[in-house]
Amino acid sequence: MTALQRLFKFNGGVKPAYNKEASTGLPIAVAPTPTLLVIPLHQSIGGPPRPLVKAGERVLKGQRIGDADGNVSSAVHASTSGTVVAVEMRLMPHTSGLSAMCVVIEPDGRNEWIPRQPFDFRSASPAASRDFLRDAGVVGLGGAVFPSHLKLNAGKQGKLDVLVLNGAECEPFITCDDVLMRERPEEIIKGAVIMREMLSAGEVLIGIEDNKPAAIAAMEIAARAANRVAGANVYKVGSVPTRYPAGGAKQLIRVLTGIEVPHGERSTDYGVQCFNVGTAYAIHEAIELGQPLISRIVTVAGNVGQARNYEVLFGTPMKDLVALCAPLPDSDRLIMGGPMMGFRMPGDDVPVVKATNCVLVGSTALFPPPPPEMPCIRCGECAKACPADLQPFEMYWFSRAKIFGKAQEYNLFDCIECGCCAYVCPSRIPLVDYYRFAKSEIWAREVEKEAADVARDRYEFRLLREEREKQEKAAKLAAKTAAGREKAAAALAEAAKPAATPEEDAKKALIAAALERARTEKARVHPENTADLTPEQQAEVTAIEARRAEIREMAKPHLRPDD
Amino acid sequence: MNNSPYFLQPASVQSVMLRVLLALLPGIAVYAWFFGGAVLVQIVLASITALAAEAAMLKARGKPLMMFLGDGSALVTAWLIALTFPPIAPWWLTVIGVLAAIVIAKHLYGGLGQNPFNPAMVAFALMIVAYPSLMSQWSAAGFTDFAPQWNAIFGTRQLDALTMATPLDALRTALHTPEARATVAGVLGNDASFGNIGGKGWEWVAAGYFIGGLYLLQQRIITWHMPAAFLATLFVITGGFALYDPGRFAGPGFHLFTGGAMLGAFFIVTDPVSGCTTPRGKLIFAAGIALLTWIIRTFGAYPDGIAFAVLLMNIAAPLIDMYTQPPVFGHKGKKGGSA
Repeated sequence: MTALQRLFKFNGGVKPAYNKEASTGLPIAVAPTPTLLVIPLHQSIGGPPRPLVKAGERVLKGQRIGDADGNVSSAVHASTSGTVVAVEMRLMPHTSGLSAMCVVIEPDGRNEWIPRQPFDFRSASPAASRDFLRDAGVVGLGGAVFPSHLKLNAGKQGKLDVLVLNGAECEPFITCDDVLMRERPEEIIKGAVIMREMLSAGEVLIGIEDNKPAAIAAMEIAARAANRVAGANVYKVGSVPTRYPAGGAKQLIRVLTGIEVPHGERSTDYGVQCFNVGTAYAIHEAIELGQPLISRIVTVAGNVGQARNYEVLFGTPMKDLVALCAPLPDSDRLIMGGPMMGFRMPGDDVPVVKATNCVLVGSTALFPPPPPEMPCIRCGECAKACPADLQPFEMYWFSRAKIFGKAQEYNLFDCIECGCCAYVCPSRIPLVDYYRFAKSEIWAREVEKEAADVARDRYEFRLLREEREKQEKAAKLAAKTAAGREKAAAALAEAAKPAATPEEDAKKALIAAALERARTEKARVHPENTADLTPEQQAEVTAIEARRAEIREMAKPHLRPDD
Repeated sequence: MNNSPYFLQPASVQSVMLRVLLALLPGIAVYAWFFGGAVLVQIVLASITALAAEAAMLKARGKPLMMFLGDGSALVTAWLIALTFPPIAPWWLTVIGVLAAIVIAKHLYGGLGQNPFNPAMVAFALMIVAYPSLMSQWSAAGFTDFAPQWNAIFGTRQLDALTMATPLDALRTALHTPEARATVAGVLGNDASFGNIGGKGWEWVAAGYFIGGLYLLQQRIITWHMPAAFLATLFVITGGFALYDPGRFAGPGFHLFTGGAMLGAFFIVTDPVSGCTTPRGKLIFAAGIALLTWIIRTFGAYPDGIAFAVLLMNIAAPLIDMYTQPPVFGHKGKKGGSA
């Protein structure tokens, strides 16, 4: 038995038209190597990797070209062998239309690999295994591209109850996980075996939406084989009801285990961790084959003649990939991801990256512009559809009015931007846009506030320091003049005859006092680590001291008395 | 070009409102069957007035005319006014009521989605305070002749043969005015116009609304919370008091099937704009309306209490919502929402 019997439910969700059949008819094909690969250095959450190559350099397939910047980062690699023609700013596959540093490689067509060494993670320390995966560029392939090595950490308890593999793939049109599970289930399970050992996880639950019977069947066979090896029933396939967003990590964890991981908390603290099936596959490739992450399965679907899944090298321009699928003439946009959460691309020459699970070709006919926005009638459809149990219309109300504090009170940041609310809204309000706006405004204000706080702290510190210095100066001056007067009085008393004027006497006394002070100071600061020294060292110290004294003497006239 | 999601469920405000109108049809049909065509005249009159007022206000506010005129919300308000006003009310009573609802209660508060009070109930409350006698003259069941009804609405009013107090009004007057000595059984039993449950004809109209309400539930336009809480609360209170003193307090059968109870439960209390939106809030809101309705019906000066009860609870709705925020995902057991 590998089937999971007991399932839980999450609230809300919607059932959009799935449109998945079009791209599952044909097996995965390998997309041809393009004439130019544009590989962005920053392809994961975390710090942007530092480039390791320069223009003109020859690189091998799988050679690291960007080094992880610290631990919260992930390396990038050359997708094939060839020559680096540039390391420059190029347009990124992001709605913003911003550019970022990319390594542009002209492939030589030889596909010459680096020496590939499997990694013996069983005899390596967990930290070494994580470093290996970081340097192999393995990140979450479900779309969030969170560095996987950071998640392969069992957390406080040092072990996990459940490792969840996410094969739900709830977004319409996308089938890259579906075909991967159908065609390469053993490799996915091999990756799961590695992850289970690294996390000391009890059982592995593989969640797949029940609209993918072929993938479920394939994964069950692979899970059975793994259970035989393990000698226990630890790998279980859960056929979860098809309802968007069942593939949201938190929703899937809830459905499979009944555990609700609150926003902002680590799922490992609840004894569970969730990975995409594609990530499991990538971990298997990295650890057991020594191949860093240089390609992934990408669904090309939408307004095309033949939708299909391709294994695509990172850096392949999307237009080259789309061209393989005969896009229809009325196509007017490319969307990375699915229709519910995807992002419109700023151009068709942006590269396929680790986050690209799907390139959706759009047209006005396929995705018509929404009818004009009507006022909210508080019908509550959005609240019924929200998988995070939020009150979307209240958040909309406050976001629209720019009362961001109230929007946050209504848990704006628990919103996963799945789009269910906007999908069901009878007033056709682009609700998610309002939340994105509110979130970015709040972030911007926090950054501003932080900057202002730092500036204010600095200013206040400066005021404080100036005040303190002023007081110290005043105190010193007061002490000095007081001491001077005493000394002067004493000198006057000592000198029987008033040979000199009192002013001159006071001056002399001042000088004497200063000399006395300097002498005691010198004695006080005499270094103590010069107690037991060899004669050579002693000689050296003496020489240095002499030089210092010389310098001090030279500097003396320039020093103000207070310094 | 828009952002994700790129495709939407085919739903619109218009389709919601049209289905509400559709759900009212069974009740209206029964109404016309027992009480004549006057109610249809009132519906047409109210609809025309509402659309004209809506158009004028949209134009004055510089809003797109066709988009909002076609949303059907003004028609829902108009029909509810026509169904809660006496069917033989003079035409100007209906017209003024509709104008108050559309111009003041709806547009002066910001139009569709912005009104804190249920517009139809504002109209009812305003007119019953201003014209209590006209708002209390209801046609008797069985007198379905159209000509005298038409005359009552548009012409000279020869009302004596036509009108009577509603069962609710008659009962309240008989039982709870200071000089009252009657009992429930006595009042309900000795008048031919009282039916078996909620008054002759009225119980069937209520049944019609109930059917329409089930349709709204099936279409997921309303949730079960409000009708269930409203009807259950009314049932429990009236049942309790009827057990305590059956001579002085009418039972649940009467209260649920008379006056505006059924119409209110499914069509008025459930107005999303002015009501509560959280599941627990909906229960509290509707139960509050039921409680206030019974109090006003039993001890108040007006023939039915739903309008005032709704308006009072409308005021409380935002507060109730604030304190009944459901826990968000992962926060169950912890304090959710704001306080």
